[in-house]
Amino acid sequence: MLNDLIWIPLLPLLGTLVPLFASRFSRSACAFLTAALPALALVLVLQLAPQVFDGETIRQSFLWIPEMGLNLAFRLDGLALLFCLLILGIGLLVILYARYYLSEKDSIGKFYAYLILFMFAMVGIVTSDNMIQLWMFWELTSISSFLLISFWGHKSEARKGARMALTVTGAGGLALLAGVLLIGNIVGSFSLNDVLASGDLIRNHASYPVVLVLVLLGAFTKSAQFPFHFWLPHAMAAPTPVSAYLHSATMVKAGIFLMARMYPVLSGTELWFLIVSMTGLATLLLGAYVALFKHDLKGLLAYSTVSHLGLITLLLGMGTELAAVAALFHIINHATFKASLFMAAGIIDHESGSRDMRQLNGLWKYMPYTATLAMVAAAAMAGVPLLNGFLSKEMFFAETLHQDSLGSLSWMVPVFATIGAVFSVAYSLRFIHDVFFNGEPINLPKTPHEPPRYMRVPVEILVGLCLIVGIAPTFFIGDLLYSASAATLQGVVPEYSLAIWHGFNFPLLMSFIALAGGAIVYINRKELFQFQSQFPENDPKLVFEGIIQLIHRQISRLMELTENGSLQRYSYMMLSLAMVMMAGPLLDLNATEGHRPQIPIDAISITGAILLTVGALATVIWNRDRMVALVALSVVGLIVSLIFAKFSAPDLALTQLAVEVVTVILLMLALFFLPQRTPKESTPLRVVRDLVIAAIIGGVIGTICYALMTRPLESISAFFLENSKIGGGGTNVVNVILVDFRGFDTLGEITVLGIAALGIFKLIARMRLYMPASDDAGRPWSKDSHPLMLSVVSQSLLPLALLVSAYIFLRGHNMPGGGFIAGLVTSVAIIQQYIAHGVAWIKSRMKLDYQLMIGSGITIAALTGLGSWAFGRPFLTSWFDHFHLPLVGEFELASAMLFDLGVYLTVVGATMLILANLGKLTTSERPVLKEQN
Amino acid sequence: MEGIYAFCVGLLTACGIFLALRGRTFPVVVGLTLLSYGVNLFLFASGRLKLNSAAVLGQSEQYSDPLPQALVLTAIVIGFAMTAFVVILAMRARADLGNDHVDGRLPEVPETPFQRRSGSQ
Repeated sequence: MLNDLIWIPLLPLLGTLVPLFASRFSRSACAFLTAALPALALVLVLQLAPQVFDGETIRQSFLWIPEMGLNLAFRLDGLALLFCLLILGIGLLVILYARYYLSEKDSIGKFYAYLILFMFAMVGIVTSDNMIQLWMFWELTSISSFLLISFWGHKSEARKGARMALTVTGAGGLALLAGVLLIGNIVGSFSLNDVLASGDLIRNHASYPVVLVLVLLGAFTKSAQFPFHFWLPHAMAAPTPVSAYLHSATMVKAGIFLMARMYPVLSGTELWFLIVSMTGLATLLLGAYVALFKHDLKGLLAYSTVSHLGLITLLLGMGTELAAVAALFHIINHATFKASLFMAAGIIDHESGSRDMRQLNGLWKYMPYTATLAMVAAAAMAGVPLLNGFLSKEMFFAETLHQDSLGSLSWMVPVFATIGAVFSVAYSLRFIHDVFFNGEPINLPKTPHEPPRYMRVPVEILVGLCLIVGIAPTFFIGDLLYSASAATLQGVVPEYSLAIWHGFNFPLLMSFIALAGGAIVYINRKELFQFQSQFPENDPKLVFEGIIQLIHRQISRLMELTENGSLQRYSYMMLSLAMVMMAGPLLDLNATEGHRPQIPIDAISITGAILLTVGALATVIWNRDRMVALVALSVVGLIVSLIFAKFSAPDLALTQLAVEVVTVILLMLALFFLPQRTPKESTPLRVVRDLVIAAIIGGVIGTICYALMTRPLESISAFFLENSKIGGGGTNVVNVILVDFRGFDTLGEITVLGIAALGIFKLIARMRLYMPASDDAGRPWSKDSHPLMLSVVSQSLLPLALLVSAYIFLRGHNMPGGGFIAGLVTSVAIIQQYIAHGVAWIKSRMKLDYQLMIGSGITIAALTGLGSWAFGRPFLTSWFDHFHLPLVGEFELASAMLFDLGVYLTVVGATMLILANLGKLTTSERPVLKEQN
Repeated sequence: MEGIYAFCVGLLTACGIFLALRGRTFPVVVGLTLLSYGVNLFLFASGRLKLNSAAVLGQSEQYSDPLPQALVLTAIVIGFAMTAFVVILAMRARADLGNDHVDGRLPEVPETPFQRRSGSQ
């Protein structure tokens, strides 16, 4: 089972938890336990390596949402193998190194957890067989690297550096996501296998330039390519193990990995060559030049890393197969010598207390062993023969000579490459000479000494690798490089030779020019430093912070302008937007009027329309006199229900009528507590503005409505009309739709109704309202709150009203009526009793628990739906049959009726819960808050 | 007839929106009620207008579209629940905040809509 590919990322993922538990033990035990699972993963990778060397690509996938191309998929080919070995191998060395590097004060468990999380993310990137999954791991590396850079969060530079790294790489990640989605769109699959096979398709697609730029933005930000390189030096605020691991060996190589991964798909075009190689060349030169002037050891190494990343990018950009092989080779070499150099710098910092090369001098005397190791690694960085850096640099020089994409200017590339190499030698020399020789240390906080034995082990291993690879390259990494090249090129690997001696040729000459030139530059460094000091110091951190703060200020200003906390203004803005959005499409509509025959106008309709118009206008005109507005509103509501009746919607007419009654009662009750008049406070300008916007939206809506009604209708309702009787057992199609065809909707709706009622109940329960003793004009309320006439009449009306509501309920399935309407009629009947007799009178006579009613209503409706499961049918399947009883005659029983009963109970419960509780507030029965006692 | 109907829908919408843009809670509630009349009539009209053809099988020769009717029926009931909720919220807001302005605070100075500073916070 452990042969499964998924274990390679899964083991580090599990390993993330280990240090959190192991940190209670000693630091060594913690380091040991933390290393266990990654080590197991490394064993797993090594065990699979022979298969990969045989040219096999191991793949494994788990389906998730295959329809959308989202699967958990892993692959191990030569390229993934190379990176897995780097990530896991160097990761293990860094775990050991960090054990000695971190001080007692640092939480080593937390550090290891972040580190292994990062390892998991990196392994995830390189083994992903799905583009979306690759992108997800890509983002995870940004996040985990943020956590690692800001590990010493008490330092301002750590926080700022972490934020900068996250911003830059995160923005690049978003660009990458867009690129990945475009690729998925072109190829029709996110599977890496399909994408790799569709190189021609993508390169010939119209959106290829966009895809290329987006993907390269992701790669360049991650790999610190010019002009996004500035975050990397600032990420050096991280603890040195992090710098060694993330910012030299692995994370910054993720961008390189992406370019190598997409090499068969995106490379080979003029555009690729121009963008990638020119960016690489610029980065190479800039990094190498700036590195020489950094006084901070880690700063020098950071810019040197930028420069080497530029070199690898340049190689990939050249687009020749041999250049790609050289790029992969340099990835390995750079990882080994740069990680060891960072570790050596960390040792120097740890044991001498400083990283400033103006203080650090003559350390050879104090730590000769570490100095030897660092000098070998630095020599590899400079490209001295017999070391690995020399080999890949030779290949690089050879490739610069062999390309001709710049036409007659192609000779410039090898010249620039040599200049870059000159500075590379110069800063390597500075690293060796300035730190270990060049006089005596100046004002060091500590007396330097050799580090603990095991802190040196990782450096020794890495430097050993530099030597071994440099002397016997084919023997040690021949297979690995070959299979990685095969995976990158996805085709035939060209002939190449890893020998150290190729005879006297041009690349060798370039190497010697670089070595000699570097020595000359270093010797004359004083003049160069002086020249450089004339430039104004330009701290990218300040620039970056400045930009961030500028954006922040502008956004804040915009927020103040639009979001000032005034709901009145928000509704105005939303309505304006709605107006624009609605009116726009109408401009394209050629004719307002359609061809559907219209109904002739009759006198009654005209009268109704006039009443409605007068009512609506009166509501607006007298809106500040609230009682008048309410009366006018009720006129409008009444006309609306008549409109429904007129146009063949009896159910709607009944519902509207009943709702109108409860709404007006509700608003009257509310008016008891709210001011009865609205103060005049809108400016004339605002009134005009609101009138204009209201008139335009009203006009637009009316136009849409007219255009809609005068055009023929293609409705799905024929189905309901046909099946209502035979499928639903009722002739009132509206009711059958409610309780049967669309029963699930109705269930949702009564649930909302119940929730709203309970919400209102809770709002009322803790309301502290001043109870007015008189109305607006100072007149006291009538003493005779329950007139005798009303009491007597309403009391005799109750049974009648309940009878009507029962009748409406029962016939609802076949004639206009049903649970909703019956529920509202019942509510109106009960409210009438409240009005006529008062809360106290009702309370002693009617023991109705409205909350229970809502609950049981929804439960009955839901259970009716669930009941159909018992018969093996889908949720809410209805059943009906006809029965015959003596006296009663033939009648029908339907499960939908039970459902309608649930609707009825919920409607009654909700309406009464709202109105009865609100009404209670006006009486001595109002709930008394405990605090008041 | 369709023209008059559309006019009524437009008028109800316009009146509803004008009142919904007022500053005090009660006119806003009234405005929302007017607006919901307009919306319900609009939705209902999407089934087209028909006279004497209720969607009750066997009662007439042709039937009006029952689907918009079913949708509007529930919309009326839910609309009531929402109106009630807003009304109670308005009362609660007045009880807790001491005023009935939708912003929860009274405007300080007589304001002109185009040159306003953000409110006191």
